[in-house]
Amino acid sequence: MTAPMQTAPVAGRTLIEVRGVAKRYTGGTLALDGINLSIAEGEFLSLLGPSGCGKSTLLRLIAGLGQPSSGSIEWPRATYDVAGEPERGIGFVFQEPTLLPWGTVFDNVFLPLRLAGQRRRDAEGAVLDAIEKVGLAGFVKAYPRQLSGGMRMRVSIARALVKRPKVLLMDEPFAALDEITRMRLNDDLLELWAGRGWTVLFVTHSVYESVYLSSRIALMGARPGHIRELIGVGAPYPRDENFRISADYNEYCRITSAALRGAMAGKGGDL
Amino acid sequence: MNDDQRALPIGVRIGVPVVLGVLVIALWEVLVWWLAVPKFVLPAPSLIFKSLTTDYPSLLLSLWITLRITLMAFFIALGLGVALAVLSAQSRLIEISIFPYAVILQVTPVVAIAPLILIWVGLEHVDRALLILATIVAFFPILSNTTLGLKSVDHNLRDLFQLYGATRWQRLRYLQLPAALPYLLGGMKISGGLALIGAVVAEFVAGSGNGAGLAWRIVESANRLNIPRMFAALLMLSVLGIFIFLLMAGLQNLLLRRWHESAMQRER
Repeated sequence: MTAPMQTAPVAGRTLIEVRGVAKRYTGGTLALDGINLSIAEGEFLSLLGPSGCGKSTLLRLIAGLGQPSSGSIEWPRATYDVAGEPERGIGFVFQEPTLLPWGTVFDNVFLPLRLAGQRRRDAEGAVLDAIEKVGLAGFVKAYPRQLSGGMRMRVSIARALVKRPKVLLMDEPFAALDEITRMRLNDDLLELWAGRGWTVLFVTHSVYESVYLSSRIALMGARPGHIRELIGVGAPYPRDENFRISADYNEYCRITSAALRGAMAGKGGDL
Repeated sequence: MNDDQRALPIGVRIGVPVVLGVLVIALWEVLVWWLAVPKFVLPAPSLIFKSLTTDYPSLLLSLWITLRITLMAFFIALGLGVALAVLSAQSRLIEISIFPYAVILQVTPVVAIAPLILIWVGLEHVDRALLILATIVAFFPILSNTTLGLKSVDHNLRDLFQLYGATRWQRLRYLQLPAALPYLLGGMKISGGLALIGAVVAEFVAGSGNGAGLAWRIVESANRLNIPRMFAALLMLSVLGIFIFLLMAGLQNLLLRRWHESAMQRER
């Protein structure tokens, strides 16, 4: 393929550098092999691929949940603590909302600050601010059980944002939601991201979602998980309904779909 | 409790069993009178009630003695069970070292170890033996349920706590203990009843200490063929058991109703 958008322009300075990362599980399964990826400050990068291609594994390694079997993940711009761990400054959103069922919306969003040793009174402003940002101002005292799936996911996003992270890692966050809720959350996410300078790393298996959201798509293949292709989505932000029905959007989706088909047809190990 | 019962109004839920109880007692009274059953075989309810009103000073004292042992055993079991569960949740090594002995303690019939405990604490401290025996009986459900609860934390939540650099103490305080609460309360419900059973069985086997508990009243009444008083003591035991159960159920509902499946009311 020779489309001009295959290699994307790297927006800012490198924030995360993934070098030759492989991950082999104790059972012997090789989940990832030969992953090289530079993630730039301020970009919206999607990891797109069929299920089982290791995209969630890669995201978790970047988050520091588990160690790569070989290779390294560097944070050139981060300071390192005494234990040699980088101060990543990340927010993580899981596929499930992953809320404390016994806590109210406030308690759940307050959690990261509480774990950082802040007192409730001092954190109140930041917590209420994050809750308001995701549009749940009226539900501060509600329990997760009383909320819909989309609202729970909003709480989860508010919790990820409350510490003002530099990077937001999202692991198929909207996969379990209905189409309408998903589109709204996509729009809201873009709005939150716009102009705030943070970086988003977004795992998805939806071509349409990845094209709509991302400035760059890393297309992954399976067995073992590897990056096949980097696709730049050059369309300018802010993006809205007009982008969703534009010819550009269609074209990007077509290219990405074709590449994904290639990834699913191709044998994994040949890269 | 299934959904059918939940849908019934509270008046019906309480009224129907009460009416049934009254009917059974009336039938009992009439049959005993009609068939002229001797009172040392089956006393009429009226006779039991009379025994309850005339013997109540001694019965109430016995009730208090049994209640005290039950409560003390329950709280010791609660403290010990939770402490050991928390300890074994900290390391797999501690868990595998503690658990076999807890199981041995649980499966050995309390009746069988009563004489041994009695000798150890000294025959002049029977009440201590009763307390130890009741505690052993009540302890296991707390330990095993709490251990299970502490381990049943959602994996993603565990990851989340790791991501935010939670300390061991924070993880315990804000994640594991709340997650274990429904399990602990379930254990407490079983344990409360077992503490009472333990207190009674221990008294049967080890005898009574300074004052006679309800079990001793029952043995004594049997020896004297004072069956109405025996029934009165039995009645008190049941009421005590029901009271403990209701207390636990109330606590469970109070603590869980806002977030846990088990205590949520559903509208349909």
